[in-house]
Amino acid sequence: MTEAPVLPLHMQRDQFDPVDELGRTRDSGGITMVPSLFGGPPAYLVTRYEDVRAVLSDAEHFSNARTRSFETEDGPQFTEDELEQMRAGQMLAFDPPEHTRLRRMLTPEFTVRRMRRLEPRIVEIVESALDDMERAGKPVDLVSTFALPIPSLVICELLGVPYADRGEFQQRTGRLLDVSLPMKERIAVSRENRKYMARLVEGAKAAPGEDMLGMLIREHGDDLSNDELIGVASLLLIAGHETTSNMLGLGTLALLRHPDQLKRVRDEPDMVSPAVEELLRWISIVHSGVPRTTTTEVEIAGQTIPAGELVVLALPAANRDPSFIEDPERLDIGRGAPGHVAFGHGVHHCLGAPLARMEMHIAFPALLRRFPDLALAVPDDQVDFHTFNAIYGLRSLPVTW
Amino acid sequence: MKIAADRGTCIGAGMCVLTAPAVYDQDDDGIVELLVEDVPPQDAEAARQAVALCPSGALRVLED
Ligand code: HEM
Ligand code: SF4
Repeated sequence: MTEAPVLPLHMQRDQFDPVDELGRTRDSGGITMVPSLFGGPPAYLVTRYEDVRAVLSDAEHFSNARTRSFETEDGPQFTEDELEQMRAGQMLAFDPPEHTRLRRMLTPEFTVRRMRRLEPRIVEIVESALDDMERAGKPVDLVSTFALPIPSLVICELLGVPYADRGEFQQRTGRLLDVSLPMKERIAVSRENRKYMARLVEGAKAAPGEDMLGMLIREHGDDLSNDELIGVASLLLIAGHETTSNMLGLGTLALLRHPDQLKRVRDEPDMVSPAVEELLRWISIVHSGVPRTTTTEVEIAGQTIPAGELVVLALPAANRDPSFIEDPERLDIGRGAPGHVAFGHGVHHCLGAPLARMEMHIAFPALLRRFPDLALAVPDDQVDFHTFNAIYGLRSLPVTW
Repeated sequence: MKIAADRGTCIGAGMCVLTAPAVYDQDDDGIVELLVEDVPPQDAEAARQAVALCPSGALRVLED
């Protein structure tokens, strides 16, 4: 990590809390400039709850499609054709109506009802992870035995990734999201990943299975190009992987630090749903989502922003805005935090939210019931937060019971 | 109370179904469907909350 870039303000945290400066920005002017991660021009950082929601619900003035993420100072790393190819199927890289077309093909797979049908299989995956923990014996690393394998197995199974490929796949995804890696290496990993996905899509086209990829090919095979199928599969695998995993790790740590609330999640089934929502809000693992680009001159928080500027959304700051929720710095699982923006807002609101909720809803209480005396196996101040990552998480979480 | 659901705007996030299951459902394509024409008083608050929470702005309260 010697050459690690300095973290922009919206990614800086003090354990679970956005740094003070972020809160000060929100509570004073509401907007500040931050350097953009990819060596591009500086971006406007929006921090207030109302402003963040306003930007996210206005795809017309704040475009995802016009934001180019792989431009670096060393000149273009990809040809135009390659860039177009990489963009195909990536819902987050399009505006309506192109976005709508892709999203509509996938929504049937993520309905609340469809997720309920998946429930028994998720329960099995969770129970088998808990068996593995027990077998390994204490202390274990909760991240590698519980938080990572559960979402990973769920999404691999949903999409039809062969079992044998899963280890390698997990490793590659980890590197893809590690912003401390030099740009060249990140680009190499992203090429590797694409190759793998292309093979997966080829296999599914030859013999479409009962999984999501098979369904997409059967129902929309004629409307979707190969590149789009590869893009959709990559986005789902990556988005469905590290996110829920990081919530499981950080969420468990948060509960361990609030033992009264942990007990309620363990013992009161009605508390689980509100607890999941409050943990999503309080932790806000996604620092900012995809930068938007202004399509015209706009005004946010009383400030005029010209057309063509990058706008970055500080989701953790918004979720702790006192004008959104009372006593925002406190974790209070009882309140359920309706309206939080941890899954985003507007047309790009997380497609996988029903799945992520279902996984957390099953996994947290199952863990706490299997190990009612779950405790940290290292001093509290030695927990290893994963700072240099597009999604906030823990490198490891040694626990005992 | 009456609710209007714009099926063209809905992105199928299912927040409404989670928030007020007696009022909203998703069809096979994941798009919102209203289960009742008139929202009974006991569901009105949840239905209203779903309108506020809907990420795509597909829901509106028509009359109270
Ligand atoms: C706790 C876990 C998760 C969190 C906190 C989370 C958060 C988010 C956020 C904040 C966005 C919006 C980004 C933006 O607007 O720039 C998003 C979009 C998305 N998420 Fe998630 N996510 C989670 C789990 C998942 C899972 C499990 C999947 C898939 C299986 C998934 C798939 C997606 C997709 C496909 C999009 C893009 C949607 C679009 O552009 O229309 N996410 N997520
Ligand atoms: S909450 Fe809004 S976007 Fe989501 S399913 Fe209901 S109407 Fe559609």
